[in-house]
Amino acid sequence: MADKKTITIAIMDAPYENARSTTTLRLIDLAAKRGYNINVFAYEGAVLQPFAAQTPHPNAVHGRSVEEENHFIPKDAIAALMREAEKNGGKIDWVNCGLCVDERGAANAIPGVRRGSPADFWQLSEASDNTLVIATR
Amino acid sequence: MPRYLLIESRDPFDSNDTRFCCDLARQLAAANNDVTLFLVQNGVLPVRPGARSADLTSLAGTGVKVLADSFSLKERGIDENRLASGVAAAPLEIVLDALAEGAKVIWH
Amino acid sequence: MKTLSIVESAYRATIEEQDDTIVWIHGAMKGAGADLAVLLRGNAVNYLVQRQDAGGLAFGDWRQTQPPRIASDLAALAAKGVDICYVAEDVADRGIERNELINSAQPVARAAVGELVGRYDRVWYW
Repeated sequence: MADKKTITIAIMDAPYENARSTTTLRLIDLAAKRGYNINVFAYEGAVLQPFAAQTPHPNAVHGRSVEEENHFIPKDAIAALMREAEKNGGKIDWVNCGLCVDERGAANAIPGVRRGSPADFWQLSEASDNTLVIATR
Repeated sequence: MPRYLLIESRDPFDSNDTRFCCDLARQLAAANNDVTLFLVQNGVLPVRPGARSADLTSLAGTGVKVLADSFSLKERGIDENRLASGVAAAPLEIVLDALAEGAKVIWH
Repeated sequence: MKTLSIVESAYRATIEEQDDTIVWIHGAMKGAGADLAVLLRGNAVNYLVQRQDAGGLAFGDWRQTQPPRIASDLAALAAKGVDICYVAEDVADRGIERNELINSAQPVARAAVGELVGRYDRVWYW
């Protein structure tokens, strides 16, 4: 396996709003497959990415049931990535910015998500091999 | 040699700020840095020959590696084998490699 | 590590948040001991204009009592030791006079952004 690295990524987008969310998950997936430790600092709307109350729905326009639609649900993708990282000897430490959680009522997150602050982002970044900020527009 | 990866997610049809990455890439390359411009998401829209790709071709001529995310190209039906001169398709792994190697990686 | 944050996004959700959240997070990180500098470019250079006034909004009987005061926040960041720079041409392009800006920000020529970027261990773009 390549040298284990620790990467921190800061994200800001709520789910279903922008392609940045998908690209972020693609990057995390690649890092998880390499067994990296991945810190995610979710700021602003991104605290809703791992929101536990997300539910799938059917798609009447395409005539698909819930099962057939198999709609992309971010919290499930994140949980899968957490499993992938562990399987490969790495870990995803997902930190939701606490004040952002409070103002959005997003406290109900999937297991493995913890509450934090900007100080955590700084500290995670200092302890990482590199940091990427993917800000919103 | 310091290494930079500039990630351009915006396109010149929707944003007039795509000059930022091109200009910064030129400045950094002129200062003898190793510079890559990686186009992703709608940032790949100008890579069809003639589709406002002149800036990218010109940039590649200064020694900047200009790459376009393969998935973003496929998603938009852009043929990897018919890109503007100086632009090459590349996987997203490029970004992770750069991060792992300690490059300065900037997302625009 | 010395970090340069390039800030371009402006007035995105500043009324709702009662802050610019990027300026705010830098204040929070500075408070946690971070070694930071900020370069404002694009529309974000308008954040340096002293006479910004977002006060007076009301929705029904709800009144906003803490509007964002972004120029003051940037001045406060500078007072805490964060270098605040701005792209000079972006100010000029927007018809802003230098004397409208807070005193504690320094201009950087657009052609010198690359050199500035090279001085920092990390560069974050917001």
